[in-house]
Amino acid sequence: MKIDLHHVTKHFGAFTALDRVDLDIGSGELVALLGPSGSGKTTLLRIIAGLDWPDVGEVRFDGEDALSRSIGERNVGFVFQQYALFRHMSVFENVAFGLRARRRSRRLREAEIRARVEKLLDLVQLDGLAGRLPNQLSGGQRQRVALARALAIEPRVLLLDEPFGALDAKVRKELRRWLRQLHDEIRVTSVFVTHDQEEALEVADRVVVLDRGRIEQAGPPSEVYERPASAFVHEFIGESVALPVAIEFGVVRFAGRTLALDAQGTPNGDANLFIRPYEMVIEADSAAAPLRGTVRRVHGLGPARRVEIALPADGSEHIIEVDAPRSQEVVVGQVVGLRPNDYRIFAASA
Amino acid sequence: MTFQPVTFRGAPAKLGALGARPLAAPGTKRGVSNVRADPAPMRLAVITVAVVFLGLFIVVPLVNVFAQALSKGVFAYFSAITHPDALAAIRLTLVAAGISVGLNLVFGVVAAWAITKYEFRGKSLLITAIDMPFSVSPVISGLVFVLLFGAQGYFGSWLQAHDVAVIFALPGIVLATVFVTFPFVARELIPLMREQGTQDEEAALSLGASGLYTFFRVTLPNVKWALLYGVLLCNARAMGEFGAVSVVSGHVRGETNTMPLHVEILYNEYQFMAAFAVASLLALLALITLLAKEVLAARAAKEQAP
Repeated sequence: MKIDLHHVTKHFGAFTALDRVDLDIGSGELVALLGPSGSGKTTLLRIIAGLDWPDVGEVRFDGEDALSRSIGERNVGFVFQQYALFRHMSVFENVAFGLRARRRSRRLREAEIRARVEKLLDLVQLDGLAGRLPNQLSGGQRQRVALARALAIEPRVLLLDEPFGALDAKVRKELRRWLRQLHDEIRVTSVFVTHDQEEALEVADRVVVLDRGRIEQAGPPSEVYERPASAFVHEFIGESVALPVAIEFGVVRFAGRTLALDAQGTPNGDANLFIRPYEMVIEADSAAAPLRGTVRRVHGLGPARRVEIALPADGSEHIIEVDAPRSQEVVVGQVVGLRPNDYRIFAASA
Repeated sequence: MTFQPVTFRGAPAKLGALGARPLAAPGTKRGVSNVRADPAPMRLAVITVAVVFLGLFIVVPLVNVFAQALSKGVFAYFSAITHPDALAAIRLTLVAAGISVGLNLVFGVVAAWAITKYEFRGKSLLITAIDMPFSVSPVISGLVFVLLFGAQGYFGSWLQAHDVAVIFALPGIVLATVFVTFPFVARELIPLMREQGTQDEEAALSLGASGLYTFFRVTLPNVKWALLYGVLLCNARAMGEFGAVSVVSGHVRGETNTMPLHVEILYNEYQFMAAFAVASLLALLALITLLAKEVLAARAAKEQAP
């Protein structure tokens, strides 16, 4: 099912949780809402679900107004961060809850309920644990019960709030891969909230980056990572090296010196130059390179080493960390040149 | 916006908390203050004081109640508690407690629900008001109703004109009992429901359950042990209440005397054995309450969710 959000705005007292959010989610898509805490991502998810209502704006499911419907009428599967399993019910009864809660006229026969629950437990690989109580399960198992319970009502949308937040690192990785596979199998439109960029980039078809109630960028993981639309996205996703620069009519200046770099159309004033650590090339010949600095520390194992370089800046120094291939010789104290292979410049926000 | 429950859920915090917690963590270095490292005589002295105090002030009087009650033999004991006045007192106590506990069960659940699941103006006032009966002398609680519904009270003449008896009758006794015991259920539920948050209810609603279905299948089972515990305490207090009921009852023998009032009358008439016989029933109630409390605590601990 397709979800359209138009101008969704929500205030909590003086705090603006969402500020005119526009977003279209395609049928069968798996979308990640990514942002720091307080960015409004959970509020947005709860509004789609019908657990919260916007002050202004529209939410449409397949073109139909969803805001006039309660959560029970929207037919959404919601997986809570802490799972919210019914602690006094067995795994089986938890999964069957939505089927048993139906109005008498729509209720399935016991045998059908049984068959459907068993099929779902099989799908989430929990067959054999049907009789357990939630507190007899591990975190990962509880997560899958919560998912099976949400899927039991054959939801038109699956919404997940920090689905892996409460799990330890190893289980999280496994479940991530598993959720992706499950989505490829059942193809239900899904939205999940996360503050973990790695999670969003690995699992989602499309990543929506939120900050302070606004969408900063929405796009496929590769696009969000390789072509960040703002300074915030650049810093939030992946590792960044930031250099405070000034732009004067297309000329990039750092610490009073002009750099031989293109300003990328950035307007006059203070700006920040962003680079990924692996985009910076260290050159032994410091004279020809746009930037020059002194090597302070070399550390790290593996194919690339991490090099700390001090750039002289107005009487003090600005330290940046870049990658250097293991084959390249870099010595502490050496003066080196730095040439960004790729970079992005964003005007500093006032 | 999202409520994150702490790890301890499913049981009222005070159930089983005592004893589970070690008195002090073992110190890692010498010289660190540590209860277990106290010298033996000190430990012995502390334990002795505690045990002697308990024996002197709790066990001896309790045993004495039963000893006095049975001092003239089992037959006299049974005739004392089956005296028509005694039976009337027992009946009245059961009826008054039954109604009061029922009302407070409903009130307690509604108040706890309102306080923990909704935001509204005057919420802190309601929380304070719930605790008021604990801080007001029971005599005052009784007097309030006399001033409201007594012959000289605000509604007294209207009630008299319509031939409704409140004071010196069952309604007055129930009112006073309800007032004195209304914190018990609400106070057990509020901390637990606050800790559990609203996620379970939200989950049930998202699965298409109606509000009533959610309440009976999710909310109530989540608080069932705390609720039973609150009802138990409420009942014990309702049956044992003396001060407030004494003011509104009028002490009409065989009609408006509850068990505690009956005990007092018998005692004042020097019928010590009979007084202790009826008192022994109240003492028995206390013991059963304690036992039931322990059973509930054990069941709650067993079902303790993540």
